[in-house]
Amino acid sequence: MAGSGQAPLREGDDVLLRVRRLVVEFPGRSHRTVHAVSDVSFDVRRGETLGLVGESGSGKSTTGLAVMRLQVATSGQIEFDGTDVISADHDTLRGMRSRFQMVFQDPIAALNPRRTVRNIVAEPLRIWAEHGRIDRDEQVAKMLDAVGLDAGLVGGRRPHEFSGGQAQRISIARALILEPDLLVCDEPVSSLDVSVQAQILNLLRDMKARYGLTMIFISHDLAVVKNVSDRLAVMYLGKLCEIGDAEAVYSAPAHPYTNALLASVPRLGGGQEGPPLTGELPSPTDPPSGCRFRTRCPRATDICAEVEPEMRPVGEDHHVACHHPTVGSDQASLDDDELAIGDLAFAPPGAADSRK
Amino acid sequence: MTLLQVEDLTTSFDTDRGELRAVSGVSLELDRGRTLGIVGESGSGKSVLTRSIMGIQPRGPLARYDGHVWFDGVDLMSLPPRELRSIWGRRIGLVPQDPMGALNPVVRIGRQITEVLRYQFDHDRRRATSMAVDLLEQVGIPDAADRLRDYPHQLSGGMRQRVAITMALAGEPDMLIADEPTTALDVTVQAEILALLRRLQRERDMAMILVSHDLAVVGGLSDEIAVMYAGRIVERAAAHVVLHHARMPYTAALMVSTPRLEHARHTRLAVIPGRPPDLISPITGCPFRPRCDRATERCAVLDPPLGGVGGHEYACWEPIDDGW
Repeated sequence: MAGSGQAPLREGDDVLLRVRRLVVEFPGRSHRTVHAVSDVSFDVRRGETLGLVGESGSGKSTTGLAVMRLQVATSGQIEFDGTDVISADHDTLRGMRSRFQMVFQDPIAALNPRRTVRNIVAEPLRIWAEHGRIDRDEQVAKMLDAVGLDAGLVGGRRPHEFSGGQAQRISIARALILEPDLLVCDEPVSSLDVSVQAQILNLLRDMKARYGLTMIFISHDLAVVKNVSDRLAVMYLGKLCEIGDAEAVYSAPAHPYTNALLASVPRLGGGQEGPPLTGELPSPTDPPSGCRFRTRCPRATDICAEVEPEMRPVGEDHHVACHHPTVGSDQASLDDDELAIGDLAFAPPGAADSRK
Repeated sequence: MTLLQVEDLTTSFDTDRGELRAVSGVSLELDRGRTLGIVGESGSGKSVLTRSIMGIQPRGPLARYDGHVWFDGVDLMSLPPRELRSIWGRRIGLVPQDPMGALNPVVRIGRQITEVLRYQFDHDRRRATSMAVDLLEQVGIPDAADRLRDYPHQLSGGMRQRVAITMALAGEPDMLIADEPTTALDVTVQAEILALLRRLQRERDMAMILVSHDLAVVGGLSDEIAVMYAGRIVERAAAHVVLHHARMPYTAALMVSTPRLEHARHTRLAVIPGRPPDLISPITGCPFRPRCDRATERCAVLDPPLGGVGGHEYACWEPIDDGW
C-alpha cells in the first residue's frame, strides 16, 4: 500500500486545498528517521468534507497538523486557495492563518483553564479583527448561541466547569468565530459519550451548512466518518491506500486494508467471525519495502515487496494504491486460488452470512 | 447453574456535595459458561458495579455497600479482606481497560505473569515459566518465550492487552470481568481481542461480564445484555432482544444516536437531549424522564420498577411497542 502518485488530484478552481507529495519525517532514536507521512497527495473541494481514517500510527493526525502548518513538513506542497502554505513567508502565512482553524480531540485540554469562556471565544477576534469591544461581545454571544450555549449563562465560567460535550462546543465556537474556510477536526468526538457524540456531529453538520465550511474530519471510527464525509481517504503507516467518493469506498472498498478495517467494525447484528487482520504494525522507522501493507496482507505477492503500488483509478472518483485490489479490472489478473482466498478473508460486510 | 447472583446491590460514596449513589438496587445473575454484557455511558455506574461485585473498592466510612453478592454460594460482601483476596485472580479474573496501567512498567512481563502463577499455585520458578509461555501462546503472542524478557513498553497496545488477559487467566478463574477491554485499542486490534475473549471463554467454560459503552461490541459476545442508566439496570434481556426489540426508550435512543456503518451517509443522528442526571441529588420518578420524549406525569412521580415477562425486563412506564 503505498500510496504514492498524484492521480487522485482533481483539476478546477473549486479546489480549496491541494496537498501534493507531502512528506513529514521526525528524527527517531539512534539516528533513525520516523517516516510519519510519506508522499501523500489529496485535495479538498470547497464545501466538501474529506474523512481521513486510519489506525494509530497511520499518520492521519500528522497530516492534519501539517495542513494547519502546526507541524513542519519535510517536503511537498500544501496549496491553500492557490498559495503554498509550506513555502509561504511569515507575513503571507500570517495573513492566511485565520482562514484555517482546528478542533482537537480533548476539548478540555484544548482550552486554557484560567480563562473564561467569553475570553476564550473572543481571543481570535482580539488578535485578528479590528472590532471594538462591544462589537466583539456581540459576536461572541452570537457564536455561542450558534453552538447551542447561552452566553449569559456560560460566558463567565471556566473550562473545568463544563462536560466534554459542552467544552467541545466552546472549542468549535472558538474555531469558527473568524469564519474560516477550512476546518480541520482531529477526532472531535472520540472522547465523548455516545449520546453527546451525536449532538456534536449534528452541530458540525449545521455549522458546515451555515458557514459554508470545507472540512477535513480525522477519525479512527469508520462509522462516524461515514456519517459526515463526502469523500474518504484511508491511511496506513504514513501512506494513502485508497481515496475516493465516500459512497464508492464504503460500498466497494478496493484496498485489502480498507476491507479489513470495515470488516473489523463491530455491528449491531453481532456475530463477527474471526478477526480480519492479524500481525503487528511494522515500525515507522523501518517500513516494509514496496507496499507498506504487504506484511499483513493476505493478497500480497512478490511484486508487492519489490514495487511500490501507484495510485490508480478503479472507478469514477475512486483511486487505490494496490497491486491486487479487491475491485476493478485487475481482479481478473489474479488466478482463481488467490482470488478465492482474498474473497474469503475479505468478503464485504453484507456477505458475511455466506462465509463458512 | 447460577455462579453469580447479585441481590439489590447499592453502592454510595460520601462526597463534599453529599451522598453519591453510584449503583442503586441492582440485581442480576450469571451462569457458568455464559456472558453478560453491561452497557452504559460514563457515569452510568457500570464500572462501580463490577468493582463492587469483586469487592475491590475501598471499604470505609466514605463508601457504603448494601445488598448481597453470592458467588458460588458465598456472599462476597460479608467476606473479610483476607478471604476476599483468595477469590481475586483464582475465582474471578479482571481484564482492565488500560493494560499499561495494570502492568508494572519496570518489571519484565515474564516475571509479572510467573508471579501470579507462583502466588496462586505455589509453583516453582521453572514450572511457572513454562506455564507462562503456554498461556502467552494461548492468547496468540508469537515467540512467547522471547517475549517473557520484554518490558511492557516494548509491546504494542494489543499485545499488552493480551498480556493483561494472560494474567487474568493465570489463576484459572471461574468468572472473567472485562471492563472496556478494547476501548483503548484500534479497531482491527479490537476485533482480535474480542475474538480471543470469545474463544477463551468457550474453551474454559468461564462466566464472563463484558462491560462497554458500545452496544455493538457487547452484542457480538453476550448471551444477555443489561443496559445501565443512572446507577440502575433499565433494561435486560437476551442480546438479540435488546438489540432488535428494545422497549426502554433510553436503549432505543442509544441505538439510533450512534453512527453505524449500516446507516446511509449524512443521516442526521437522533439526539438524546440533555445530560445524565446528577447522582448526588435524589431522583424522583424515572431517572431518564427529563430526556425522554415518551414521558408522562406518572414518570415524574413514580420510579418504574424493573419488570417484564419472558425474560425481557425493562424499567419504564411507557415502553416502546416492541413489534413482536
